[in-house]
Amino acid sequence: MNGDVSVPPFAVKDCALIAIATGKRAQNLQELTDRIREVEANCIFYHFWGGLLRPRFDNPEYHNDFAVWVADSLHNKALAEKLAAIDPSSFESIEDLRNEVIEILEEELDEAEYPSWAKKDSLFHFIRCRLVIFDTKVVVPVPKDLVSRLPNLSLGSIFFHFIDGRRRNKNSLDDFRNWITSFGPSYGDLVRRIGEICPYFAPLAKLREQLSEAFRVYFEGEKP
Amino acid sequence: MTDNGILDAYEAVAGKDVLDHLRQLARPLAGLRVVHVNSTRMGGGVAEILHKMVPLMQALGLDASWEVIQGDSVFYQCTKGFHNGIQGNRVELPQSYLNAYEESNRQAAETLGDTLRNADIVIIHDPQPAALVSHFPGHKGKWVWRCHIDASRPFRPVWKYLREFVHTYDASIFSLAAFARRLPHPVYLIAPSIDPLHEKNIKLGRDEINATYNQFQLDPKRPIILQVSRFDRFKDPLGVIQSYKMAKHFLPALQLILAGGEASDDPEGEAVLDEVRIASGDDPDLKVLLLPGDAHRTINALQRCADIVLQKSLREGFGLTVAEAMWKNKPVIGGDTGGIRIQVINHHTGFTVNSPEGAALRIRYLLQNPDILAKMGKKARAFVRENFLITRHLREYLTLFFVLLHGDQERIVLG
Repeated sequence: MNGDVSVPPFAVKDCALIAIATGKRAQNLQELTDRIREVEANCIFYHFWGGLLRPRFDNPEYHNDFAVWVADSLHNKALAEKLAAIDPSSFESIEDLRNEVIEILEEELDEAEYPSWAKKDSLFHFIRCRLVIFDTKVVVPVPKDLVSRLPNLSLGSIFFHFIDGRRRNKNSLDDFRNWITSFGPSYGDLVRRIGEICPYFAPLAKLREQLSEAFRVYFEGEKP
Repeated sequence: MTDNGILDAYEAVAGKDVLDHLRQLARPLAGLRVVHVNSTRMGGGVAEILHKMVPLMQALGLDASWEVIQGDSVFYQCTKGFHNGIQGNRVELPQSYLNAYEESNRQAAETLGDTLRNADIVIIHDPQPAALVSHFPGHKGKWVWRCHIDASRPFRPVWKYLREFVHTYDASIFSLAAFARRLPHPVYLIAPSIDPLHEKNIKLGRDEINATYNQFQLDPKRPIILQVSRFDRFKDPLGVIQSYKMAKHFLPALQLILAGGEASDDPEGEAVLDEVRIASGDDPDLKVLLLPGDAHRTINALQRCADIVLQKSLREGFGLTVAEAMWKNKPVIGGDTGGIRIQVINHHTGFTVNSPEGAALRIRYLLQNPDILAKMGKKARAFVRENFLITRHLREYLTLFFVLLHGDQERIVLG
């Protein structure tokens, strides 16, 4: 089924991330807002998505660095919840995402009766990152082959194809769905299943499991 | 150990996917000449990591080596002053100390000249060899200063002196953003790591652990809490004793071990130790152990004997003893400071606390809930496996090498 020779095979890439201090920091909400306005887009990307590739617990209370800081260092849980509710995968560009964060922070600044300050040893440090992408030499000719490949992909590969792909592909799809849709509409159900996996709330190892399961169930059916 | 042997050994603890990832990442770096320079082969966290990091890089095909700079006693007094000064202590460094420092670096530059000139990447660890760079103007390779110390609030005159050397590097590495200085070059962030195959962390047999109970007259049937640290005010051993006493009021069977190194050349350490002894009184369930610097296996065994490990620091660098305890399936109750914050995740891998009362409460909570204690310990180990093993540290070094070689582009796509 669907051995469409005109669709190029899926080339599995891998990536690794290195964090870089920007030297910019914030001690209160006004400073946080001002810095968010001026930092490079890559910095916003890092504080929303970079957590997946660096030390972070698999079940954090808040899912981006801004929300974590507002909760832990400014002790403003209501604002932290609003920031944590931002789903970065629903924004077409990092600029749109940045504007949404600023909007929420400005609303808070307008309403706040007095500014909260973080302790000096709990500043928000803005970090940017660099991504190194490399070829694994693994190519997958047809979607079915991903059933056996996916469970063994590195977490870097999952990040690159399932998270980072959304930034690279014009249709904002991850690389798996982007590739599978090239085969035409016959894999619609598989595309739907992958689309149901939320990229934001699970660590990469869990996302790998969920993706593997989506492919396995589609091609092999539910386990009895 | 052979090249493949060492990689296989780490694969067994870190996982096949992690090692495969490293092998692929390293492939384009085959033959890259990387030289690490520090000031000692024995003792201290830096030497410990380099003992494994360099062979691992070699096994992955890099032409990695490790050089050591040496000096006379004045040199070491000076660099100890640098270390304390970077951490924020007021230190006086007479010109004679600085002269000895610069002279040792000059001599090392002569000895290591060709090695450093021919290197693609030179990684200088901490302040001791930092001045080497001044002897290689117009260097071809990339020079990186790796600062393992919390430099967030340095004593200004010390930093002002060292900054002149550090400014001329191509990049720096700090362990946390909060520890970093503003510098005129990229400042990379790489957290330190533990070595799961070091004596401190390897799996021990039941017999050895039982022997440790006997050696220190510990009762394995009763709960044990442990803090491993120097007798230093920032580690708050007196706060630990207070927490223990508060918890023991509710849990009379509780035992506490405070294990630390001998305070041979640290007058402040002696004073703290005296205070600890006084605070301990004649409680037979409170053991204060002075262990030699190389008692790695004993500390490993003690951590395995404990039910809960404490690191109740008031100020801390990265605090890798936390990851070491977590690797042994122990939840950690740690001070809410420094690197402890990124290792101890409240309610998941342990608890961060801000007072002896807070620590006592968490001790009681965990000991009253052995299921939760065991679950947290398991999560703690998994968290370390993912984030604080030397394999993650190595991956970040390799990633850094690409960025150094390709320039500061947002994405580097290798062929």
